[in-house]
Amino acid sequence: MANLKYFDDVISLEFNREKCIGCGLCSTVCPHGVFIGRKGNKAEMIAGELCMECGACMRNCPAGAITVEAGEGCVRAVINELLGIDGPCC
Amino acid sequence: MNQTSTDNAMAFLPMAKKIPAGAGEFRLPSADQPFVQGTVATPAGPVPQVGTALSRQDLYGHFRVRWNIGRNHFMVEPGLYAVGNPNADSPVLTSANYKMSFDLLRQALAGRDAWILVLDTKGVNVWCAAGKGTFGTEEMLDRIKASRLHEIVAHQKLIVPQLGAPGLEAHAVKKYSGFTIIYGPVSVADIPNFLDNDCQAGPEMRIKKFPLRDRIVLVPVELMQGLKQGIPFMFVFLLIAGLAGKESFAEAVRIHGLPPVLSVLLAIIAGNILTPLLLPWLPGRAFSVKGAIAGLVLFVIFFTGATAFSIQYSLTEQASWLLITLAISSWLGMAFTGASTFTSLNGVKKEMLRAMPLQFFSLVVGVILWGISLRMS
Repeated sequence: MANLKYFDDVISLEFNREKCIGCGLCSTVCPHGVFIGRKGNKAEMIAGELCMECGACMRNCPAGAITVEAGEGCVRAVINELLGIDGPCC
Repeated sequence: MNQTSTDNAMAFLPMAKKIPAGAGEFRLPSADQPFVQGTVATPAGPVPQVGTALSRQDLYGHFRVRWNIGRNHFMVEPGLYAVGNPNADSPVLTSANYKMSFDLLRQALAGRDAWILVLDTKGVNVWCAAGKGTFGTEEMLDRIKASRLHEIVAHQKLIVPQLGAPGLEAHAVKKYSGFTIIYGPVSVADIPNFLDNDCQAGPEMRIKKFPLRDRIVLVPVELMQGLKQGIPFMFVFLLIAGLAGKESFAEAVRIHGLPPVLSVLLAIIAGNILTPLLLPWLPGRAFSVKGAIAGLVLFVIFFTGATAFSIQYSLTEQASWLLITLAISSWLGMAFTGASTFTSLNGVKKEMLRAMPLQFFSLVVGVILWGISLRMS
């Protein structure tokens, strides 16, 4: 389902390859195959346009090489946040 | 640490959270839950043993939450459970305390001996809870401690759903508990394969897809949420038509009230049924555009199909129905971002900034035109 793609011009994902220690965890946790990485080799960002900003790679990167403004791509969550409601989303 | 020193620490370290009362205190889940079949003796105490076949009662619960009934209270007690007769070497799998998540996991473990560590996610599924941080590092550490997992298993490995990763720092869990996190597959259906394959997940198990069958199961919940928002509109249209129309109450309701009610219904069908089902084929990346296009197509099919019915109406009144349909179908289509598997926070913000003014404008103009035509006829 390659045509299921969202806006790719506002994605906040940034990868600092200098800091990468090659653990491969980013490619393990990403549900959209944004990173490719095997243990021992520095990871490569191969599909940044598919990032959904879930933050899995950033939180699991032990080297702090990845930053992303992580959150839920969910209209209700955004509205709840704006209104300061801790309401149910999903 | 007393209250004052905790508060001082919080003032000093704004990121530090209050430790919840009772966190880490020894606690096993109650055996008095319908899916518990017995207990398994462990050094820490009797751990509830659960079956892997879902009962009629379980399936009825699933059916209800698929229709958005009682979805916020569909939970199991957090803590450690046993499947089969696990021992100190059996794998530990983790889940959320949304009962659907828990049920699908125990079902996937049929014929095996394993432990299930259920985190307290307030009844929310793994992926959404991870996004909110309730399926997170702190809760994982608390739950490991509260379950005395160190006394129960000899290895130090935890199998965690891949979609739990947004809430977890695997290196922090390792550092503070000693447990190494092994990320399992995205889909619970791949768990047996994963376990048989020495806890290796191939690349195809790591990608979250969004096939038709996954979208179909979301339709009832979407539909119920759309109806909840749409039904008040329908009553308001009927009431205003009856009161403000020039005809008798019943006549005005029939002539002027029913068309906008149909418009809202078409919008709900477009936004809550067609948008999920036809997602890859509806044009545009924005869900608001997909919803509006589905609404437009439905509107054209329905109202031109009913030419004989609509011919007696002014162009103003017909235009008002179209604007109402477009506004609501676009809004409801956009709401489906929350259930989809690939939309980003910044993408949704961008879409909302662009679409919401148009949706609002379309609805307001639609309602005004409709109100005008009430008095014109």
